[in-house]
Amino acid sequence: MIVDYVIWIVLLPLISFAIQIFFGKRLPRQGDWLPTSVMFIDLLLSLIVAGKVFSAYDPEFRITRSFEWVVLGTTTIKFGILIDNLTAVMLFIVTLVSSLVHLFSIGYMHGDPRYSRYFAYLSLFSFSMLGLISVDNFLGIYMFWELVGVSSYLLIGFWFEKHSASNAAKKAFLVNRVGDVGMFIGILLIFAITHTFNFSEVFGKIAAGELSGALLTTAGILIFCGAVGKSAQFPLHVWLPDAMEGPTPVSALIHAATMVAAGVYLVGRTFVLYSEHALLVIAGIGTITAFIAATIAVVQMDIKKVLAYSTISQLGYMIAALGVGGYNAGLFHLMTHAFFKALLFLGAGSVIHAMHHEQDMRQMGGLRHKLPVTFATFLIATMAISGVPGLAGFFSKDAILAASLEKAMETGMLYHYTIFAILIFTAGLTAFYMFRALFLTFYGTPRNKEKFDHAHESPGTMTIPLVALAVFTVIGGYGKWFEELVRKPNLQMFAESGAVQDATHAATEAAAHGAHTIAMVLSIAFAFGGIAVAMLYYYWNKYSAEAVSKKFAGIYNFLWNKWYFDELYQATAVRGTLLLSKAMGWFDLNVIDGLVNNTARLTTLISFGSGTTDNRIVDGLVNWVARIIGWFGATLREIQTGRVQAYILMALGAFILLYVIQLAMV
Amino acid sequence: MMAVGLNHFLVLSALLFVLGLLAVLTKKNAVTVLMGIELILNAANINFIAFSRYADTDLDGQLFALFVIITAAAGAAVALAIVLNIYKQMRSVNLDEADTLAG
Repeated sequence: MIVDYVIWIVLLPLISFAIQIFFGKRLPRQGDWLPTSVMFIDLLLSLIVAGKVFSAYDPEFRITRSFEWVVLGTTTIKFGILIDNLTAVMLFIVTLVSSLVHLFSIGYMHGDPRYSRYFAYLSLFSFSMLGLISVDNFLGIYMFWELVGVSSYLLIGFWFEKHSASNAAKKAFLVNRVGDVGMFIGILLIFAITHTFNFSEVFGKIAAGELSGALLTTAGILIFCGAVGKSAQFPLHVWLPDAMEGPTPVSALIHAATMVAAGVYLVGRTFVLYSEHALLVIAGIGTITAFIAATIAVVQMDIKKVLAYSTISQLGYMIAALGVGGYNAGLFHLMTHAFFKALLFLGAGSVIHAMHHEQDMRQMGGLRHKLPVTFATFLIATMAISGVPGLAGFFSKDAILAASLEKAMETGMLYHYTIFAILIFTAGLTAFYMFRALFLTFYGTPRNKEKFDHAHESPGTMTIPLVALAVFTVIGGYGKWFEELVRKPNLQMFAESGAVQDATHAATEAAAHGAHTIAMVLSIAFAFGGIAVAMLYYYWNKYSAEAVSKKFAGIYNFLWNKWYFDELYQATAVRGTLLLSKAMGWFDLNVIDGLVNNTARLTTLISFGSGTTDNRIVDGLVNWVARIIGWFGATLREIQTGRVQAYILMALGAFILLYVIQLAMV
Repeated sequence: MMAVGLNHFLVLSALLFVLGLLAVLTKKNAVTVLMGIELILNAANINFIAFSRYADTDLDGQLFALFVIITAAAGAAVALAIVLNIYKQMRSVNLDEADTLAG
């Protein structure tokens, strides 16, 4: 029953994609209503599914349905759907953000020459993303993983006339490919050992000890590579800021709320796969990413770039949370982040729309009276991401910080204390750069008078999604349901010997509470500290940001150039590839071609010899035989006179000859 | 008076054979050649009968001679028909001209 609903949720966008891509232009209003209404139906269905799943209120709730997809000898590959609490939450997040983005796009993309195709791509993306979160096996998740990659590529490069957009699309695709190769190797490694793709079966075999030790760590890190690519983690984070070349609603949907969270979802879904060592790597990567991205966001001037780096930073938080064992906290932040980051992007889209596609914050300022709805919702989202108490972002970020402190106290390792310190410092940075963006955009005096005068609030199709998301940003963090329903899975759950409850659970609970209080106090302090600094610089203008940037020009340039990651990759990966291809080209032209040419020359020579032999010796022999036979024929034909009498005479002669011989022999 | 014996018949037969052969080999006219063939056949008949009379006691040789006469008659009929056809075709019964089978 629930499964049928989920199947429809996944398939409906595919159907609307097919209709839209082929007939979109001929439908009334270029068919924008079709994918939009399909997404709202999906939202309704996923609400029903969520209602049914949550009404069971069971942390171990799971329904699966699968069919035999491929049978290869003795190996059967099954394909199916897995629904548990996490799936239900993800379905709700994706359909909610997607449907609101569809609605927002109607206004934002109005008048675009490829308006109908845009909606087709959005549908394709929705289908892929919904499939990604509903499948029950590694192979299926990999397929949908690549499908979201394709739709992301199509949408980043949607305005492909712009050189930067088509380049950004290529960059996103290639950088993602680096991570995906690792993920694919990881999947194959798992399959080679366990002979199954199905999540539960794989975990069951890990619980049974079939895959363990260094190999398990390797498999975990390889699978995590996929998440590094898709969730834009260090060192593969470089594609996400460039992906902002796509239309802003796309950035909100794909590159902020849903697709980039797929990596976090993947790590969450396959959580029991990661050994203690793999988790150390994951936590480290997440923390580094959170910190690097936050520092870069501090100096960005493009409003979308600020949000992009903020997204990378927040994704780093989620990954770090999973890495320190804060399973629930990471996924909780995934949900709240989806709400407020989609809201921030759509708000930015509204601003950009109002400013006639101006994205530079140096051209904005003082917009809060011109765009009241946008401003109000943007402010809520900014407060949420900064960690102002009472909003969704506060609860989830607090949970992450608490989880990391808890882990540090549990292990006592400097490594984990460092992670906690960096994360809490980054929380302050986040509050600073988000309020900086807010003040630069909405406060102060207009810096571009002409564009300011033309600015106007966006139409209802654009403000309604903003308000809807703002509501979820406010209420999304309340209640204990998420914490209680989305529980950290452990291997015992998948062991065949029945569930053995974690005995240490109660003991850690008390320690967790202590860590929680410290983390909450620190996170509030750092959040307000960040906001205060932002106000000093950008609201009251007590200090000049420019003076600081001049004073610390070295650091400023380092951050402005995004830690020189692009230059580094240009110098190593890109130039390396070019050099390699040049070397390969030389090798091809000289060695391979030389070999081929010499082989050809040798072949000609051999064929010449063989031809001569054929012409002279073989043909000569044949001709010689023919000539001899011809000579005999010519000679003997003389006897064949045709005169009967001559024949008889010859017969007589022969007879006499035989007679004489006979006589002579006697 | 010398008694007529087997040898006399054999010599007569040989003479007839040679004469027939001579006719077959030298004559241009197809009909004459056929007549030569008849001579050869009859030379053989003389031999049959002579051997039947002197060297054997039963009638095998004489019967064989009768068969030869009959087949010779049949053969002559066929041969004459062929000669007539050759004449129709070539307006001649000269054997030297009938050499279309020459290699």
